[in-house]
Amino acid sequence: MDRSSLSRSRRFAPAVALAAAAALTLAGCSSSSGGKKSEESADGASAGKATTPRMTIALVTHQSPGDTFWDIVRKGAQAAAAKDNVDLVYSADPSAANQATLVQNAIDKKVDGIAITLAKPDALKDVVAKAKKAGIPVVGLNSGVSDWQKLGLMEFFGQDESVAGEALGKRLNEAGAKNAVCVIQEQGNIGLTQRCDGVKKTFTGKLQTLNVNGTDMPSVKSTITAKLTQDKSIDYVVTLGAPFALTAVQSASDAGSKAKIATFDLNKDLTGAISKGTIEFAVDQQPYLQGYLAIDSLWLYKNNGNYMGGGEQPVLTGPAFVDKSNVDAVAAFAAKGTR
Amino acid sequence: MGMTQHAEPAVSSPPASGPGKVKDGRTAERPLALRVLARPEVGVFLGAVAVWVFFLIAAPPVRDGSSMANILYQSSTIGIMALPVALLMIGGEFDLSAGVAVITSALTASMFAFQLTLNVWAGVVVALLVSLAIGFLNGWLVVRTGLPSFLITLGTFLILQGVNLAVTKLVTGNVATDDISTMDGFDQAKKVFASSFEVGGVQVKITIVYWLVFAAIATWVLLRTRYGNWTFAVGGNKDSARAVGVPVTFTKISLFMLVGFAAWFVGMHNLFSFNTVQSGEGVGQELIYISAAVIGGCLLTGGAGSAIGPVFGAFMFGMVQQGIVYANWNPDWFKAFLGVMLLGAVLINLWVSRTATRR
Repeated sequence: MDRSSLSRSRRFAPAVALAAAAALTLAGCSSSSGGKKSEESADGASAGKATTPRMTIALVTHQSPGDTFWDIVRKGAQAAAAKDNVDLVYSADPSAANQATLVQNAIDKKVDGIAITLAKPDALKDVVAKAKKAGIPVVGLNSGVSDWQKLGLMEFFGQDESVAGEALGKRLNEAGAKNAVCVIQEQGNIGLTQRCDGVKKTFTGKLQTLNVNGTDMPSVKSTITAKLTQDKSIDYVVTLGAPFALTAVQSASDAGSKAKIATFDLNKDLTGAISKGTIEFAVDQQPYLQGYLAIDSLWLYKNNGNYMGGGEQPVLTGPAFVDKSNVDAVAAFAAKGTR
Repeated sequence: MGMTQHAEPAVSSPPASGPGKVKDGRTAERPLALRVLARPEVGVFLGAVAVWVFFLIAAPPVRDGSSMANILYQSSTIGIMALPVALLMIGGEFDLSAGVAVITSALTASMFAFQLTLNVWAGVVVALLVSLAIGFLNGWLVVRTGLPSFLITLGTFLILQGVNLAVTKLVTGNVATDDISTMDGFDQAKKVFASSFEVGGVQVKITIVYWLVFAAIATWVLLRTRYGNWTFAVGGNKDSARAVGVPVTFTKISLFMLVGFAAWFVGMHNLFSFNTVQSGEGVGQELIYISAAVIGGCLLTGGAGSAIGPVFGAFMFGMVQQGIVYANWNPDWFKAFLGVMLLGAVLINLWVSRTATRR
């Protein structure tokens, strides 16, 4: 029995080896040349490749699946990883407890650096302390601008959601808006609420909020239409994500409303709408930059001991306004999905 | 332990299509009004009227024709899906993958046409095949394994959710599809799936027409055809249905494929009215479809229900959701309002049918 199975396995060994080799060759081909993948790695700035020793960095975010915004963050991180000879391990979970587990996984894997988002700082406090104890440098990005130092992170890259909201509110004042509505596509999301609250702080006109069901576009459309019908004096619709801005344009026309549309965050269709003038402007927090800098900073720290922001101040990536005056410069990058 | 496998309990209500019980002397002939009230869709009809009247009073903009068109539009995109979901539920199964299946269909059509630079109709046809195949797969797995459809479609729900995201990212490099509005055939397809027309100065979306036509066809099929009888039979008791010669496998699989067809239809509407599709959409919609069907008088245990009930169920969803906005209530309470109104409507529904069936 033993012998026969042994001899069988011997007979099969070359075939198995051959198959494995073929599979590896195929895998090698598909990753190194052609197709969408090469297009993706060619995205954005490619600045050669560092010769520093290979290191592993974990990026753990609170992304929910299928969100265009986080896709751009990840692309920035990938671009930096490709340049810095970094093995990037990306993971994400919208639930804070699960995100903490993912950070713990990274610690267990003994990665060389961790970049995290602090959407719920309290839930991540313990696990960040563990990472520090294990000697792993941790940087923050996107959310948590008020908490990163308390938790002992090295650096932070992002914008304050309420600061971005305040900037948008000021912009509405300049545009002469009197009655605006802030459309929240996910009820109870703190970042989105902070944006609307930020707008409320600086906007001198009346600001209402409106909850819509972000996973169902027809419903988003008819709810915004309903709001514009209910209050005919609304002159600005502020959405908190690019796809919802494009839908709001349709709602305004359905409702026969003259309300103008402004939004947070960009995507490639939105830049087209801004140059056409159907959408007034967008606040861009440059998610690509957040992902890129987070990875690059860990590389710099490891190889040259640098701190961005001097370890004292956050590195701000937004709010940057995109409107008709500068949309052409941005459009080409947005088309690639990196801006 | 599936809900479809144990025999129909003796106390359950008779199928809606079979009111003609032989008189045995123990019950007197009940008055016509009560017999009408006992139909499953009447409760929800009264509930829908109550909600409608309530918002007519509470929210003045609702009285406007274009507001009503807007409410009906929202109801129609729910309602077109709620119809086959209801039929499936009458047939004793349900489908948790229905919400993301809509997005799968839209993504397929968009990416197929865009990546190969084809006329968009090619994408539309491929998406139909994919949607029907998903329905077939769901049905086939349920029939072959005998597992509850809850588990099978929970599996396909998760698979589709992941595939939507991963394939879109793989193919387009982004998590949303490219804009196809400048491609050949787009304007034509938009006319079919996402146009609107004017009635007395009010813009009416074409989905409303499709919704009502589909509901009429479904009602006719359910009440007047052999297939309708099969649907009630397999939902009531699969084994005795099989014993009297009902093709259980065919009926169940085709019901799942019907959900696939509707998912394709709504998916095409989404695609051609918004030009691009985000891969993360659709999650959670399945529960809204199922709720609309249940509010519309379909039992979760199968074997009873109607096609017209879910029409009012979907209307109630649209009415409450938009009514809250028209009434300008505090948006923080939005979901709570929605829940209370729907629960209230279901209770009216229950009370009416109890009152009506009491001697």
